[in-house]
Amino acid sequence: MPESSQFARDIAQRVARESYGKLVAFLAKRTRDVAAAEDALSEAFAAALRDWPITSVPKNPQAWLMTVAKRKIIDAARSAQVSAASQEHQILLQEELSTLELSDFPDERLGLMFACAHPSIDPNIRSPLILQTVLGLNAMEIGSAFLVTPEAMGQRLARAKHKIKIAGIPFRIPDISELSGRLEVVLEAVYAAYANGWSDPINSQNNLAEEAIWLGRVVTELLPNEPEALGLLALMLFLQSRKNARRNDAGNFVPLNKQDPKLWTIHMFNEAELLLHKAGGMKVMGRYQLEAAIQSVHTSRRFSGITDWAAILDFYDALHKITQSSVVAINRAVALSEVKDPQAGLDALPNLDKNPQLANFQPYHAARAALLSRANKHQEAMTAYGLAIGLEGDAAIRAFLIEQQSTVLETYRSKTRLPLSPTAI
Amino acid sequence: MQYLLLIHADESGWDKMPKSQQEQGMAAYMSYSEALKNAGVLVGANRLQPTSASSTVKFRDGKTTVLNGPYAESKEQLGGYYLIDVADLDECPGAHHGTMEVRPIR
Repeated sequence: MPESSQFARDIAQRVARESYGKLVAFLAKRTRDVAAAEDALSEAFAAALRDWPITSVPKNPQAWLMTVAKRKIIDAARSAQVSAASQEHQILLQEELSTLELSDFPDERLGLMFACAHPSIDPNIRSPLILQTVLGLNAMEIGSAFLVTPEAMGQRLARAKHKIKIAGIPFRIPDISELSGRLEVVLEAVYAAYANGWSDPINSQNNLAEEAIWLGRVVTELLPNEPEALGLLALMLFLQSRKNARRNDAGNFVPLNKQDPKLWTIHMFNEAELLLHKAGGMKVMGRYQLEAAIQSVHTSRRFSGITDWAAILDFYDALHKITQSSVVAINRAVALSEVKDPQAGLDALPNLDKNPQLANFQPYHAARAALLSRANKHQEAMTAYGLAIGLEGDAAIRAFLIEQQSTVLETYRSKTRLPLSPTAI
Repeated sequence: MQYLLLIHADESGWDKMPKSQQEQGMAAYMSYSEALKNAGVLVGANRLQPTSASSTVKFRDGKTTVLNGPYAESKEQLGGYYLIDVADLDECPGAHHGTMEVRPIR
């Protein structure tokens, strides 16, 4: 039965995609054991692929998977060597699991996300952990996106799940009193996933950007009145709307000011505008709304043909006040150079002595190089481009920077006819 | 779940405090203990003598050796503990004085 087999496979995959996180969240909340919930579900999906082509697809595939996964968890708990105290817990658990109403169980994915992004979980593993538990990505997919070997990623994920289990980390949305601080951590993890996908626009294997948007939607669906959650989703949609314009047909990097606005995805930035507007109406400003507002100004070049740098500078000023981040300071300096002049931008760049971590930060050198070049400081610009090129991992962006550097060199030669000092090359 | 709340604080810092501040600190601990008791989560609690009163006992090569107290060089020392029984980690209360380490009981 190849056709019905394919049909059953398609259904199983669709249910997997749509309900994986819901099923994991539901089971893990009750057992506190994320790994066991994942194992049980993967066995249930395997059983579905095996049985459904023969028995036909059940009416409620999600409930079917839940029933099978539940049985697997109970069996696994029975066969494990357990102490008297945890036996008692197992009995309670079995009772609870077996009395569940299966057709309509609550969506507890957000509780799962809060558990994964709990302050007592290592900050570096929060984002991967959410991707795995809510979306079902495996250690290999996550490892390649975060530049970690699958083995190391697998171990770190396993350790984090173990911590959730033994430290008694709850699966729930925190109370209002502590929600904003805890939500920030969840949003940070989602944005980290997005940033990871964003920096790798060519690799089709890396769908992290889209997955992060999907997670952003889950958060806003379940917390529709949190302005920063709306702001983050708006920010991601603004950025994503420009995805197709970031590389030309030859695969070369196209900087934002050279992008053709006709290539931007209209429905995405329209949705982003609506979200940002809704967030703004709630009168609580935050970093994601400000970052989204900056992207909104960039995107409105589509209608006006110009970029309102004064507005962007205002937003960066506000953002820098909130975050005190040296990365924001770099962007602010670039905006300032557009409003005033390149030298003002150079003067506003963060000081390397006070921010030594920026010495290895490519965007710092790339921004400085462009400002130096515009300020006609060609030799210094050459050196700065050299540093940026050396620090860039993406071939397309590196090629772009090399091209910029040779433009500076040509300008310099045509103006001075002097040999460049060797250190500048 | 049961958790052991381990209070780490700078011992010498406590001794250097003026008497009125020490009294304030003690009152804060008393009301904290009272609150845990009233919430029905307190299993046990104790203050510890300073680490200068502490000894380390090791059993090596069939011999027991007793040494002077441990980690005198660390900045914060274990000063006391609470044993509590709550639903999960988020129900564990924090500390105003020193650092509270929250360890689940196996």
